[in-house]
Amino acid sequence: MKAKAAIHFDHVVMRFGKLRAVNGISMDIEPGQVVGLLGHNGAGKTTSIKMILGILKPTTGTVRVFGHDPAADRNMGGLREQLGYLPENLSFYPQLTGRETLQYFARLKGASGQEQKQLLEEVGLMHAADRRVKTYSKGMRQRLGLAQALLNQPKLLILDEPTVGLDPVATRDLYSKIEALKQQGTTVILCSHVLSGIEEYIDRALILSAGKILAQGSINELRQKARLPMTISVRGQIDNQDWLTAKGVTTRKINGSHYELSAAASHKLDLLRALANEKNVEDIEISMPSLESIYTYYNTIDQPTADRSPAVEVNHD
Amino acid sequence: MTNKILVVAAKEFKDGLRNRWVAGITVVLALFAMAISYFGAAASGMVGFTSLSTTIVSLSSLAIFLIPLIALILAYDSIVGEEEQGTLILLLTYPLKRSELLIGKFTGHAAMMALSTLLGFGSAGLLIAFFSAEVDLQELLIAYSMFIVTSILLGWVFIALAYLVSVISSEKSKASGVALIIWFAFVFVFDLLLLGLLVATGGAVGDALFGWLLLLNPTDIFRLINLGSFEATQVQSGLASIADKKMIQPLVLWSALLVWIVVPGFLAVWRFNKRVI
Ligand SMILES: Nc1ncnc2c1ncn2[C@@H]1O[C@H](COP(=O)(O)OP(=O)(O)OP(=O)(O)O)[C@@H](O)[C@H]1O
Ligand SMILES: [Mg+2]
Repeated sequence: MKAKAAIHFDHVVMRFGKLRAVNGISMDIEPGQVVGLLGHNGAGKTTSIKMILGILKPTTGTVRVFGHDPAADRNMGGLREQLGYLPENLSFYPQLTGRETLQYFARLKGASGQEQKQLLEEVGLMHAADRRVKTYSKGMRQRLGLAQALLNQPKLLILDEPTVGLDPVATRDLYSKIEALKQQGTTVILCSHVLSGIEEYIDRALILSAGKILAQGSINELRQKARLPMTISVRGQIDNQDWLTAKGVTTRKINGSHYELSAAASHKLDLLRALANEKNVEDIEISMPSLESIYTYYNTIDQPTADRSPAVEVNHD
Repeated sequence: MTNKILVVAAKEFKDGLRNRWVAGITVVLALFAMAISYFGAAASGMVGFTSLSTTIVSLSSLAIFLIPLIALILAYDSIVGEEEQGTLILLLTYPLKRSELLIGKFTGHAAMMALSTLLGFGSAGLLIAFFSAEVDLQELLIAYSMFIVTSILLGWVFIALAYLVSVISSEKSKASGVALIIWFAFVFVFDLLLLGLLVATGGAVGDALFGWLLLLNPTDIFRLINLGSFEATQVQSGLASIADKKMIQPLVLWSALLVWIVVPGFLAVWRFNKRVI
């Protein structure tokens, strides 16, 4: 066990009756990392989070959060004051106003009145702060949920589907807030189904499936390992197409002056040099495989992948 | 009591004011109490505020019927409701013990129940004192205060039972069903069973044993405390009058009522600590 791990799972199993919601997960999350926890519905994301939070006690295996056992040591060495959590399906107390709701949670966490105001401002709820929560829209409730999670400058922030119901502006604000917290050393776990857009904010992705870790690593590592092709859009004419075919590049002609090339990401620079030398090429646009396609890839492979690069561990039954 | 328990209790109380729970219970209790004490003597051919003993007997029957029902409705969803709102799981990640959360919420509900009972029955009491000329005011004050205090305790008993129900139920709808069964059992079924036992054994159940059996029902304890002092009312006080007064001292009765708050309360905390969220 690495002493410095923010979160450490060692062969963790969580059973509900016969169902193994989490089926032997081992992982380490370093402090200050932003980790994306991805996986299909029922993959075990929320269950894993509940074990990190000490709400569920693993059936077998060890869970440590900054060295503490969250289920046994409730206080977690004072970490609870600086533990931010946004659960899924949170609907709050309909009769209280937004301000009163945040005040309640702030008092329990020992956060100042000043901070409450600032957070209401930050999540853009100041104008509705004195309205009862029952009148709030879904996105407004989600913002209120985020505000309570951000109380006290969390050291560990766990967000379960944080962008559900948020408009694009609020989503972007959330990601920049996460970025800012990361600069201060906050460890962030982000559970999400909305994959597009989170690539640039997460240091590492953990892909869960049926209670197991399917793959983990940085987006780049996962990308390399998956060997998904990148796509290059070319405007203009490519004169020397034989060279491309020799390199194993698939070329698709969209129309007279537009090609789409599909090639292994490892050939990126080679290809760019070659294309740049083509006299009649006017413009080049590259798109690397998105998190979404990586995710889809890992969720559809089921053959052993022993030959993959050692930078990333891939777990399979 | 820790600071956090008070924070939870204060929030629960404020929520209760907002929901109009306090106002609603106060009005219901006041109206019923006034009506009952006015028409209470109708059986004996009179209306209007009559003797103190008759009034207390009628009011006690009313309280036994209403207070447990109100307390159960007030608190049956206290835990299972928060779970369905998603706030329970959130609160459990806060620097707050499960027991603190439960005790805090209980305290808030208990305060709501106490305030509404005091205001509702208290206002009815003022009216009775005002209109009934022949009632000795000091006697009324003592009997009526005891009635209000025991009503509050009876409310707390059923709030504690409601918490126990809430903690062991997986869904709100199930909790409401169990709460209604509890109300029905203590308010109707228990006394019928005791009566059946009495008839079946031809009265062979000793007075002493019978008195102790009554302690198994908090509504009977409530009746015994409130009617114990009135010899004249024993005819009207149902099964409670059969019990041997000398056997069951007031101290025993009051303690039994407190036990009925503490034991379900502790069971609720214990089960809540074990509950898988
Ligand atoms: N308290 C519980 N009792 C029984 N089964 C449970 C319980 N909690 C979760 N499960 C089961 O465990 C599995 C994993 O659930 P979990 O909530 O962790 O999934 P998830 O990855 O968060 O899914 P989603 O994306 O839908 O939120 C599911 O099959 C679920 O039905
Ligand atoms: Mg989930």
